[in-house]
Amino acid sequence: MQREFKASIDRALHDANLTGALGKFSEAYKINRAKAYEGIDFEALRGRIAELKSSAASRLDELAELFRKNAEARGTKVFRTSNPAEVRDYILKVARDNGVKSIVKSKSMATEEIHLNAFLEKAGIEVNETDLGEWIIQLAGQTPSHMVMPAIHMTKEEVADLFSKEVDERLSSDIPRLVKVARGEMRPKFLRADLGISGANIAVAETGSITLVTNEGNARLVTSLPKIHIAVVGIEKLVASFSDIAPILKALPRSATAQLLTSYVSIISGPTPNSDGSMKELHIILMDNRRSEMAADPMFKEAMQCIRCASCLNVCPIFRLVGGHVFGKVYTGGIGTILTAWYDELKSSEEIQGLCIQCGACKDVCPGRIDIPGLIMEIRRRLVKEQGMGLAQKSIFSVVNNRRMFHAMLRAASVAAKPFARGTKFIRHLPMFLADLTDGRSLPAIAAKPFRDVVTAIDQPKGLKEKAVFYAGCLIDFAYPEMGEALVTILNRAGIEVVFPDGQTCCGAPARYNGAYEVAAKNAADNIQALLAEPADYVVSACPTCTVALDHEFIATFESLGQSRWLPQARELAAKTIDFSTLVKKLVDEGRLTFKEGQQLGAITYHDSCHLKRTLKADQPPRQLLQRAGYELAEMFECDICCGMGGSYSLKLPEISAPILQRKLHNIKATGAPLVAMDCPGCVMQIRGGMDQDGAPVRVRHTVEILAEQVEASSRQH
Amino acid sequence: MYEQFKARAEGVSAEVHRFATAAEALAFLVGFLENEGVADQAGRSGVFAACPFLEHVDRSRLAAIPGLAFEVTRERAAAAKVGISQVDWALADTGTLVQDATAIDKRLVSTLPAIHVALIETGALRPDMPSWLADVRPEQTNYIAMITGPSRTADIERVLTIGVHGPERLVIVFIDRMEGEN
Repeated sequence: MQREFKASIDRALHDANLTGALGKFSEAYKINRAKAYEGIDFEALRGRIAELKSSAASRLDELAELFRKNAEARGTKVFRTSNPAEVRDYILKVARDNGVKSIVKSKSMATEEIHLNAFLEKAGIEVNETDLGEWIIQLAGQTPSHMVMPAIHMTKEEVADLFSKEVDERLSSDIPRLVKVARGEMRPKFLRADLGISGANIAVAETGSITLVTNEGNARLVTSLPKIHIAVVGIEKLVASFSDIAPILKALPRSATAQLLTSYVSIISGPTPNSDGSMKELHIILMDNRRSEMAADPMFKEAMQCIRCASCLNVCPIFRLVGGHVFGKVYTGGIGTILTAWYDELKSSEEIQGLCIQCGACKDVCPGRIDIPGLIMEIRRRLVKEQGMGLAQKSIFSVVNNRRMFHAMLRAASVAAKPFARGTKFIRHLPMFLADLTDGRSLPAIAAKPFRDVVTAIDQPKGLKEKAVFYAGCLIDFAYPEMGEALVTILNRAGIEVVFPDGQTCCGAPARYNGAYEVAAKNAADNIQALLAEPADYVVSACPTCTVALDHEFIATFESLGQSRWLPQARELAAKTIDFSTLVKKLVDEGRLTFKEGQQLGAITYHDSCHLKRTLKADQPPRQLLQRAGYELAEMFECDICCGMGGSYSLKLPEISAPILQRKLHNIKATGAPLVAMDCPGCVMQIRGGMDQDGAPVRVRHTVEILAEQVEASSRQH
Repeated sequence: MYEQFKARAEGVSAEVHRFATAAEALAFLVGFLENEGVADQAGRSGVFAACPFLEHVDRSRLAAIPGLAFEVTRERAAAAKVGISQVDWALADTGTLVQDATAIDKRLVSTLPAIHVALIETGALRPDMPSWLADVRPEQTNYIAMITGPSRTADIERVLTIGVHGPERLVIVFIDRMEGEN
């Protein structure tokens, strides 16, 4: 990563105002959003929005022409262009033709996208942003850090300083007073403006209408007071029917600001009279700027379903640490990364795409039902395809692709790490440039004997009727073989023999998450052969990331590469794959496993691993099993927020990973439980390592280790 | 539906009143304007946009209030403390008022003054937006305005502040029977 980008991350992380404001907001947002959606079937609502937006995206040209026809019939002037320069020139021409001296604008991301203000100001025209947040950043000479709350990164003291300069009077940081000052300052600007510029939240083809959603009332003034109104509308805002506005207006305010509806919604379908009796000149510019290309892309078409609510920013564990400016100048956060890659160019997203930890929190709340992390992965894949991998990365993956060499290296690492482990199970400090990796977190020492060696010595009962193939994954195999042993113990008690095919290798997730799909495909093919060689009832894994690879991503990787050779086997493997807790829950439900009677094991808290909860939807089985075993569940705050591990993420961006981990440790400790369980060895590595350096007396264990001590073979068996 | 509307609208800081007849609403309005000290001077005047309500009541009682103008201009609206207009629909599930605001004076009186008083017939209540969509004719209405509570912002440190560019108070007056006994 470029030094400049790393420096911007560093600045953001050390900006206490920023991280404080965003942290508080993200906590409140989650609660308020849930309240705003009370009694609403969110899945049905977003299904409807995804459908209507997707349908519109598949016929953009037709809808744009229909919009033009219907709007022009009402007296609106419609200008369609794909070129941002033509948008700027058109607006300047309208301004010049009408002798415009002063412009008022309501918030428009489309005009931010084409840097309109600077262009008009250079032409000698006064441009005033009127949305309070936009005006603040205009005065500060900054760019918006959030699509909905452009000035969320600034404190009231900073705003007071800006306003004081503007009104030439020393103002205190009293917020209502500052808002009054803004009202007073903006009024004359509204009243003298000869042109109003707005964006639009929705454009309806059937009626040639645009819809504007605001809270402050500035859009009403911008569209009412000046004699000319120009709306700059990205064509992704097009919908077919007037009735389509209802579902969008139901979701947009709830998702954006947790409101049932914003204070104001204006639906403009044609020119209206001015206060002097003349008719308003209404111009609507339908701007493409690569949106059609996006809509034509089989994968990125989905991004056209965005309604610009910014909820993907609000729930993002990274955004709340670094804020928007790290992402660039216009669109920020998850969807911003995708839009930047298209509206700007793929290369512009090279660094910011790396900020995504792939936790999937945004995908869960997106009202357009966009797989944002999936599309960011696709950006990674295309970047690697276009530009190739970095040399260091390339050599790592060439090793990963050679199982024997990879495993030999991991064994060698066990010996090499010894000086740092100092006889414990942890590496607490690494020297020099590697020190960041152990900043706030100890790393596990590589096990002296990997599971693949341990397993051969396990004496499994003879004559077990069922067979499960165990896919260990690198962490259990080489760092935590005891988790594998625990799994064998449990399944043996249920009458299942565990088979460990030696040919299994890395699941390919690290390669895939770095955009190296060819490497991931090779890993997939190797594993498919190894895991299907032995006939078995289940393929079980105690690592959710590996489970997701076996269950979903092998198929997805082959599909996106257009490779069909291993697809049928990949599907066969997926059908057999099951995560550890879901399998054990099933065995308990079937009466094949039981728990020791009357155990009172005390309090436990549970950390949801991202892939287990959001992809495998298996957040309940481990909780139920632990409670059945005799633990009292004390839920932690934000139990399903990422621990900051994210595979190689914590190696690439340790400065972001570390504060996310600290938050998680804090939330765990706050429950008072002496034990925290989780289903992912990656999370164990991150959280156990963090707890080790923190020194708090909290044990960090994989569910499999805990259950192995508590489950018994059912007496009903045999 | 009225109770749901009232709860939702009050939830976003609107004030909600209800009267059986236009005459009772008129009496409230006159009292309200007096109480707010509406007078013939900049910053204290009132503007009233043309509407059916004015056809059903004794206008002389309103005309007697100094500083209350019925000819709405931009200058008068900008100088007014109170703006009054009638709206066409109300949506119960969000506490929203909906108006055909094609006429500029309706927008001037509801955007520029500090207080907006919105009059509405109780029968114009609809359960929600989809049911309202069935009533509206966008092809005949160039400017539809929806209003849910007063103007608000949270752009400084996410602190909710009422009254930015639009009114800081929204007073909603329901009238069960607009016609009849004056």
